[in-house]
Order: sequence, then structure tokens, then C-alpha cells
Amino acid sequence: MSALLAIIGQTLRLGLRAGGGAVVGLVFFLAVVTVIPFGVGPDLKLLARIGPAILWIGALLASLLGLDRLFGADREDGSLDLFIISGQPMMLVVIGRAIGHWLATGLPLVIAAPVLGLLLNVEPVGLAAVTLTLLVGSPALTLIGTVGAALTAGLARGGMLIAVLIIPLTIPVLIFGISATAGAISDPAPFLPPFLILCACTLAALVLAPIAAAAALKLSVE
Amino acid sequence: MTHLGYILAAYGAAFIVIVGLILWVWLDLAAQKRKLARLDRDGTRRRSRRPAA
Amino acid sequence: MPSLTQLANPTRFLDFSGKLIPWFAAAAAIVLAVGLYYGLFASPPDYQQGDTVRIMYIHVPAAMLAMGCYTLMAASALGTLVWRHPLADVAARSAAPIGAAFTLLGLITGSVWGKPMWGAWWVWDARLTSFLVLFIMYLGLIALWRAFDDPARASRIVAVLILVGFVNIPIIKFSVDWWNTLHQSESIFRMGGPTIDPSMLRPLFLMLGGFGLLFATLLMGAMRAEIYRRRVRTAQLVAARPRASVAAATPVSAAASPASAS
Repeated sequence: MSALLAIIGQTLRLGLRAGGGAVVGLVFFLAVVTVIPFGVGPDLKLLARIGPAILWIGALLASLLGLDRLFGADREDGSLDLFIISGQPMMLVVIGRAIGHWLATGLPLVIAAPVLGLLLNVEPVGLAAVTLTLLVGSPALTLIGTVGAALTAGLARGGMLIAVLIIPLTIPVLIFGISATAGAISDPAPFLPPFLILCACTLAALVLAPIAAAAALKLSVE
Repeated sequence: MTHLGYILAAYGAAFIVIVGLILWVWLDLAAQKRKLARLDRDGTRRRSRRPAA
Repeated sequence: MPSLTQLANPTRFLDFSGKLIPWFAAAAAIVLAVGLYYGLFASPPDYQQGDTVRIMYIHVPAAMLAMGCYTLMAASALGTLVWRHPLADVAARSAAPIGAAFTLLGLITGSVWGKPMWGAWWVWDARLTSFLVLFIMYLGLIALWRAFDDPARASRIVAVLILVGFVNIPIIKFSVDWWNTLHQSESIFRMGGPTIDPSMLRPLFLMLGGFGLLFATLLMGAMRAEIYRRRVRTAQLVAARPRASVAAATPVSAAASPASAS
């Protein structure tokens, strides 16, 4: 447990210090949300309609940043080898890194989402729904991201590759996150079923992603 | 035949993709065989192969 | 009849695949030719879709192969990870570009079929969308393979991704179905329906068989090429080694490669 907390704390510190990914991720999120009205036009009605989707896609893209260095340093400086020798389960590293990374980069996105939603004229219910669905869904994005990070840990330049490998896997999270938000805003569409499936996606990712990421990490140090 | 253009387009695409695959596999196989033959001729042998063979 | 473990030896595989390929290629050509004759000329047009139903005879086999190929890769990935089987890895790696090509073919023919049926080249129909995702996943796998220098290490890491994808494909399919029913309520066009006239089943099964034989031929050819490629790579590494040691003037490594003394 103390090892897990230590890994979480270290990841958090690395993410939050100057040059860490957390602040850059937030700025990137802001930048994505800012450029979309330039693409679709400043029509407030249209923006209010597609606002939740913009926030979700912005958060998805922002959560892809910073993943490429999640395990790279551990592999290069031999920490992973030490970890294997010490007999600790590799999943501990994965879960610790995932939690730390989410706290440093995912949580700020969730907190920023309602503020950026105001820029897009999203109504209050929609703001609440986007924040709630992102709070539930963004851990799944981070967890799936750790699989990509573990697969490309042995590569010098894995950044672009992670995005290509990860985006198809995040489609279910995106679909149910946006469906739940849409369900909260417009009346006939249901909120609870997609929201519960979104919760299920996160829980499934919590179980399966560390297994896959730990397997990939072990193979990358062999 | 109705919609002849679409049918021709679909079968044409299938033809191009399949012929492309066949050519790609064929040329790749030939290229690797050639490389291996050249290396063999230059005296590099696989560990598993007997020198007498 | 050699046992499966014997066939699984790469050298034996080269032997028997070399003998089998001409037969498979000939069988594929014959079955495809007969299937094409039935598909294009000797079968009736559909009462609803007219002659465009003839696109089905290539679309459905391509789509089934695209999915079957991923299943084969998942089985190979299991073989790579659990038994560390060299041929399983060769099979998965050789199958990936072929699977990607058949997925692309499924997408193209689906799109060409959709234009007269739906009035648009592309609709975000659940089936087409899932296939687009499958195509991206194939390309991602190929990209990851190419990113590693050492094929042995790449094989096991990519095997993990193949299995992750295999677990995710049903989830993605389910979520895309959900998303699709949420967005477009009009009934989407369903292929064929439960009852297909026997006159259409004949060309469909012929084409399925032909595509299957073609796939087997291509896979064996690509696997042969991959085995040769790895031998070339090993030979080049071996060839590079003594030269480097000669420069370093170490007599030990000269004795370490007796094969080059022949």
C-alpha cells in the first residue's frame, strides 16, 4: 500500500511540476474548445447543441497528451527491473501511475469542463451532466491510455502511435459519455442507462487495463 | 443490368485490392528468397545448417 | 499425416506450404471463377435491390474474412504469449496486412453498395462504422509492429495489443449499435434478411469458399516471406558480427561462428 501511495505521489509531483503535462493538458483543452467555434461558426444555438460533444472530444484528446512518458523513464533508468526483482506485482506500478496521472491531468479537465462549457453556451443541466460524465468516464480514458503507454514504453518516439492505438479503444467511453449527457439535456432520450454503462466501462477498464498494461510492461523490459 | 456502374466499381475495387495483395506477397517472397540466396552465396550460413549441406 | 507440432516448425512449414500453395491457388482460382459466373450472370436480381445485390457476393466474403482474420490473429497472439511459438507470431504478423486489405475491400464495396441503396457514399450505419474502427485497429497494429526493430520483442508486445483489441471489438460493436439506434431512428437497410433465395446462396457460398482459399494461399505466401525475412535478418546479424570482431582483433569470436568456415 505504501509503495502504491509512493508511486501515486511521485507521478502526481512529476505531472504538476513546471514542464509536467498537467498544465499543458489544460491549456490544450482550452485551445481545442476555442478553435472549434472558428470551424463551425459563432452560432450560439449550434454551439449549445454540440457543446457537450466538443467538451468530451476535447477532454479525450487532452487525456492523450503526456501518456508517452508515463513509463518511458521507468524503463530507461531500470526502476521497472528493480520492481520485478523486488517481487512486487507489476500491476501496482500501472495502477499507481494511472491514479497519479489521472489526478494530475484528468481531474483538472473535469473541473475545467463546466467553465469551458459556459463559453459554448451549454445550459446548466448540460454543464452538470458533462462534469459528472467526465468525472466517471475520464478514469477509463486514463486507464486505456496506460495500456497504450505500456505498449510503446520501449519506443523512443511513441507519442503519435499511442494516439492511433488508443482512440479506437476509447470509442465506447465517448459514446456512452455523450449519450448520457444528451439524455440529461433532451427529454425523450434516457440518462440513466448510458450513464450506468459508462460506469461499467470505467469499472471494466479498471480491471482489464492494468492486466494488459502490466503484461506489456513486463515484455518491454525482457 | 441495373446499376451497372456500381457493380463494376465494386468488382473493379475487389480486383485491384486482390491483385495488389497477390503481387505484394509474390514480390515480397521473391525479394526475401533472393536476399537469402545472395547471403548464402557470400558464405553466411544459418547456425542450424550443416556446413557440409 | 504430420502432427501439428511438426508442421509448426518453420522449416517444415516452408516445405509443406511450398507444396500446398500451387494447389490452393489453383483451387481458389477455379472456385472464384465459378462463383463469379454464378454471381454476375447465373443468378437473379433481388426483387428489392435489383442487380446491386451482386455486390453482396464480394462484400460479405471480404467482411467475413476481415473478422475471421482478426480472430486468427487473436489465436496466434495467444500462441505467442502462452507457448512462445515462433510460427504463431509469423502467422499473426503476416495476417495483419491481408486482414487490413480485406477490411478495406469490405468498406469500399459497402460504400459502393450504399450509394444506390442509401443515396450516399457513406452513412454512419453501425456495421460500416464498426468496420471503420476495425480498419483503424489493423493499421494501428501494423504501425506498432513496424515501430520495433527486433521482431521477437515486437511479437509479444503486439500480441498483447491484439488481445486487448479482441476483447474490445464486441464492446465497440455493442456501443456503436447503441449509438446508431440513438441517432437514426429510421429502419436501417438490412442485408438479405433471414431468407435468401437458394439461387443467391449458391454464388455466395462459392465466393465465400473462393475467398477463403485465396486467403489461405496469401497467408501461406506471406508467412513464407516473413520466415525468409527473419532468416535474412539473422544472417545479416551473423555476417556483421565477425567483421566487427576482426576490427577489434578478438580471436574468440572467430571460433564462435564455425558455420562461416565451411
